[in-house]
Amino acid sequence: MGRIIRMGSPANSFRFASILNTAGPFLGLLFVVGLFALSADLRPHFFSGANFKIILIQTVIVAIGALGMTLIIISGGIDLSVGSVVALASVLGATSLKQGYAPATVIVFVVCAGGLIGLLNGAIIAGLRMMPFIVTLGMMGVARGTAKWLSGSQTVNAPETAINSMMARMEPTQLFPLPPGVWITVGLALFMSLVMRQTIFGRYVFAIGSNEATARLCGIRVPLFKVLIYTLAGLFFGLSGLMQLSRLTQGDPTVAIGLELDIIAAVVIGGASLNGGTGSILGSMIGALIMAVLRNGTNQMGWPTYMQEIIIGAVIILAVGLDRLRQARARVS
Amino acid sequence: MTVRLRMTNVQKSFGATRALRSVSFEVGAGEVHALIGENGAGKSTLMKVLSGACRPEAGQIELDGEPFVPANPLHARHCGIAMIYQELNLAPHLSVEENILLGEEPATFGWLNRSRRRQMARSALAELHHENIPLDVPVGTRTVAEKQVVEIARALIGEAKVLLMDEPTSSLTQVDTENLFAVIRRLRDRGVSIVYISHFLEECQRICDRYTVLRDGESVGTGVMATASLNEIIRRMVGREIKEIYPRTPRQAGEAILELRNVAGELKPRSVNLSLREGEILGIAGLVGAGRTEALRVCFGLDRLKSGSVFVYANEQTHATPGRRLADGIGLLSENRKEEGLLLNRSVADNLTMTRYGALARWGFISQGRQRQAAASCISRLDVRAQGPGQPVNELSGGNQQKVALGRLLHHEAKILLLDEPTRGIDVGSKVQIYKLMAELAAQGKAIIFVSSYLPELLGVCDTIGVMCRGVLSAIRPAAQWTEHSIITAAIGQGENGLNMVRA
Repeated sequence: MGRIIRMGSPANSFRFASILNTAGPFLGLLFVVGLFALSADLRPHFFSGANFKIILIQTVIVAIGALGMTLIIISGGIDLSVGSVVALASVLGATSLKQGYAPATVIVFVVCAGGLIGLLNGAIIAGLRMMPFIVTLGMMGVARGTAKWLSGSQTVNAPETAINSMMARMEPTQLFPLPPGVWITVGLALFMSLVMRQTIFGRYVFAIGSNEATARLCGIRVPLFKVLIYTLAGLFFGLSGLMQLSRLTQGDPTVAIGLELDIIAAVVIGGASLNGGTGSILGSMIGALIMAVLRNGTNQMGWPTYMQEIIIGAVIILAVGLDRLRQARARVS
Repeated sequence: MTVRLRMTNVQKSFGATRALRSVSFEVGAGEVHALIGENGAGKSTLMKVLSGACRPEAGQIELDGEPFVPANPLHARHCGIAMIYQELNLAPHLSVEENILLGEEPATFGWLNRSRRRQMARSALAELHHENIPLDVPVGTRTVAEKQVVEIARALIGEAKVLLMDEPTSSLTQVDTENLFAVIRRLRDRGVSIVYISHFLEECQRICDRYTVLRDGESVGTGVMATASLNEIIRRMVGREIKEIYPRTPRQAGEAILELRNVAGELKPRSVNLSLREGEILGIAGLVGAGRTEALRVCFGLDRLKSGSVFVYANEQTHATPGRRLADGIGLLSENRKEEGLLLNRSVADNLTMTRYGALARWGFISQGRQRQAAASCISRLDVRAQGPGQPVNELSGGNQQKVALGRLLHHEAKILLLDEPTRGIDVGSKVQIYKLMAELAAQGKAIIFVSSYLPELLGVCDTIGVMCRGVLSAIRPAAQWTEHSIITAAIGQGENGLNMVRA
């Protein structure tokens, strides 16, 4: 008798927990949007297609970065060099456009530059068995310095090309058409979500983050996969840099300082654990949206920047705190 | 002799496991008392109770005639109970002096008193006749033996009345052991009581005054060391009745498929020779720390193989990665399912199938249906009590987790199974299921190496048995030629006649 009863209860809590797990960040997003609906003054401006378009465009850079960061954090690592890589990519892109390369070439070049830095990070982390925190902290300085060096510490103005239209706000008064950057983000998010859930590669990323010793025991070539993970993430960071270039229409070596922290926050709000082994692409995307909505909403309310910073900081702690509580409850029952 | 420490009827359970059923023993002032017992007899739990790491459920403890209930390790330490753990408890980056005085720093209003500190540390080391250890170097750079002295010096600073030592010689050389014995004698002469835990009975005979034997959480005998014979002590250690049933299957040993010749790792093992045949279950007995786990890890490619050679299906394949070994049909079940064996927050299905995702996938995409089907068949074959293939492994009981870890080798269709303590810490029902499965696999021609510390199961399940002692695997003999007594004798390094000590 006892066994049957005990068998029954974890089943229900398991299902309940798994629903909460996927819905949690989404409920958070609804809650944040709902908050701004409370103000009657704000409502008409906030709830307009034009504003949602702005929010989506503002999300793109963080969201693409979060695709790569989710991969890294699920595998139990971290990457602090993202902001610098984005700046370097924007400078590289602007410089090569200025020198007359075709936009298509520039796109490939910039994305690959990001991938190369990721490859370097991954090779050092896996090859020398160094802490990802330290390696990418170093890379943060190296990439930022290189960006300043290449640009002579000045912004590089790129000529008008197709790249600029990727983040352009065509028809600013309505939601559609959305710029290509948004659609690219959505497409990549769907693709990566599939990769993480359905492919051997995705399962191995989870396995390495969940328990590296077990992964080794099961014959997974952990160092190789670490290099692959950081390289793939680097490609996303490069793309994120391209979007940055497109939005500002110039390469700026001092742009995106602290961007990595926004990205990490988005991933963590989305349900990932910095210990590795948990997280989801969908969650991270919603996390990125929550950050953008908060920023946009507080802007519209006319609150000063310091207020925004305080609110966003508090939301990060609140979101992760709630997550811990939920997990603790799931463990007990 | 005045009684320093007395325990009466002490009991302690962890969940359903009764670690201490009823333990009574007493230690006099200035006495070295040996605590003897097999792995799992309850020695560690007893130490935990004494050092305040866990509270007993029943029974009395008296220290110098006063009732004594240690609330936590700090309280125990203040009452004069010091514990020297097997894996030493030092801060490697701090200096020798800082480690000796850790927690007992002489200070005025929080400011450290430098010269007083130096003098205290120096006098503690002098008392142990180890003034030669420099005070200012980081402890991490010293040898194991010196670290041990530092730890004992720390106990002296705390005015320890009772010193608990857990396997203090397990990683010492002969010379260091002699030095340690000299230190122990000096402490004894000062009136310190020492509880000495060791598997090496010969050492106990040399250093201890009296002994108490623990078996299955009960104290089953106590006596004076000088008049006790080793045979008598060993009989008390193993004297239990065999309750479990060990299923046997008709099977025939075939070709040799795995051969290790003089295999040695970085530290352990030092020499392993074995030949494993199809349809054979080969048991490896030995004490904790004898190098059994390391032997399997080196063989599987998880730890570096320093010398010797490995033959798989008569082909030499000495150096290999775990991936290569798995591809050759060799599977390892880790002794530590929580830290190494399983992805605890991942699903049962992932844990079962992760070594062979390739068989369930096309173009790198895993077919969910086929994975669920493969997992479900494993689950029903092993009778895993789980909600379904999607349930995270950490929601299962220990026995079911172990079945999942073992199921991975089944799904992998491993031909050679290296099982490290497969029945540790699981309920009897699951144990019997695992024995049955092993017998079935052997009948199908698979070969199994079965490492275990529980002698009845080794004798009941295995066809052949070898014993590991201090990194060396003994000659392998048919199980029928071994008894619990002869295995223990070999495991603690006694020769056939029970007196000659084999030691590095």
